[in-house]
Amino acid sequence: MSKTAKQEDVRFGKFGTVSFTKTTRVNDFIDHLENGKVMATRCSQCGEVFFPPRADCCRCLSSAMQWQEVSGSGTLVSFSQLKFAPIGFDGDLPYSIALLDYGAFRVFGRIDSRLDIARLRIGMAMQTVVNRLPNGQLNYVFEPVD
Amino acid sequence: MGKVAIIGVGQSKFVRSYPGSIRELAFEAFKEAALDAGISAKQIDASVLCSAPEYDKQRSPSAIVAEYLGLNPQPTFYVETLCSSSSTGLKLAYSLVAAGLHEVVAVIGLQKMSEISSAESQERMGRGGDIQWESPFGTMMPAYYAMYAKAHMARYGTTLEDLAAVRVKAATYGQINDRAVYRKAVTPQMFTDPAEMMAGPVASPLRVGDCCANADGASCIIVASKAKAADLSKKPVWILGVGSATASVNLSGRDLFTGLRAAEQAARQAYAMAGVGPRDIDVAEVHDCFTIAEIMAYENLGFAEPGEGPELIRTRQTYKEGRIPVNVDGGLLSKGHPIGATGGSQIRTIVLQLRGEAGPMQVKDPRIGLVHNIGGVGVYGNVTILGNQ
Repeated sequence: MSKTAKQEDVRFGKFGTVSFTKTTRVNDFIDHLENGKVMATRCSQCGEVFFPPRADCCRCLSSAMQWQEVSGSGTLVSFSQLKFAPIGFDGDLPYSIALLDYGAFRVFGRIDSRLDIARLRIGMAMQTVVNRLPNGQLNYVFEPVD
Repeated sequence: MGKVAIIGVGQSKFVRSYPGSIRELAFEAFKEAALDAGISAKQIDASVLCSAPEYDKQRSPSAIVAEYLGLNPQPTFYVETLCSSSSTGLKLAYSLVAAGLHEVVAVIGLQKMSEISSAESQERMGRGGDIQWESPFGTMMPAYYAMYAKAHMARYGTTLEDLAAVRVKAATYGQINDRAVYRKAVTPQMFTDPAEMMAGPVASPLRVGDCCANADGASCIIVASKAKAADLSKKPVWILGVGSATASVNLSGRDLFTGLRAAEQAARQAYAMAGVGPRDIDVAEVHDCFTIAEIMAYENLGFAEPGEGPELIRTRQTYKEGRIPVNVDGGLLSKGHPIGATGGSQIRTIVLQLRGEAGPMQVKDPRIGLVHNIGGVGVYGNVTILGNQ
């Protein structure tokens, strides 16, 4: 048997400009991002869909979850463009945070930085796409559905 | 008359940087409340300390505060619900007394936000939401509330002028409150002149003037059973209703962006318990951490229908002479917002109003007052209703 310590699964450290936690039982989310997919989880027992994804279902207490892609479009619920940032995010300024409503769930994230925010309208259709940040980290952003 | 009375209130000055330790800060509020109640530490059965622990260097600060205030060997409890910690503390004290476990309980709220460096503080600011799924996007408190402001403006036609009007009102009363951190006047023009600090963008549509300031401060509320209040106090103020609720931290769990569900639910509970409605409220303190928060509070508390909150400020109905005076002590916007101390400061203001002791801020003959205190971006909703009969 190997005497080396078991390697910690720190994949989640790759999420966002600065990640505040490295370990989670939904670490596979990062692998899906690497493959260009933003995924939710669906409870295998009761069918509830969760975004952000979770390892455990609070409705039926099952921990049997399946991955399900966040596909199609959602509507823009609200957004805000930041002119000040917390430590570690200054290089991203200005950037906008936003929420999309997909009906069965909602997705909190950022607006695609290439987008002119004057074009944004509450209620408009947007989609969630994977984004690689300049520092090599991964997140997802919202862009209009053309 | 309720089961539990408030017999003493105290508050330190709210300042940018308190030149002392947290135990000394707590003492300032506690001394005023104890003198107000006319009692000593030995007559207090238990204490509840309320603060947001990420700002305290001291681990388990309730113990050191209890020691410094002479509250050993009585039990102490530590509660935290972010910016509404001391309203939660008051509800705990109410429960302890109503259950008959204790007769006199001191609720001490404090925050020394300058305890940590500004770099440390900036780092904590980034962790105000869901640290796993929101913070990696670079979120901050003003940006979350800005999303509510944006939604309210889009749905109801609320304007930047309406938001500025809330700040102008707050400053009207901040100037006459000697405990406030911001004592200057604010005019609507300060929001339109780009050279003015107030007009500076923070998170669209919110500007510097739409945001309250950090502060150091402490508050203390002493509650007593009906029997003890009859014995100790000539001017008890009764706790008639205590409501509290929670909502998801992550905005993806919310279904409303023009108001706060936790505030609506807490208000419903408090009104039902007190047997009163919004029209019975003579004076109110609401959690105006941002200007939009006050407008949403008008609606969530039933002072206005959804979407009609802006009309209340446009017609000056929430000024001291209006139909429902709100935050006539300057609110968080002018008083400052020392997280754990804020709820206790709001409760103190209403107690002084109901006793007719609010000085230049006094509204005419109030009988029933309300405190709305929110933790996080509507994560914790707390509504407390007080009466003087």
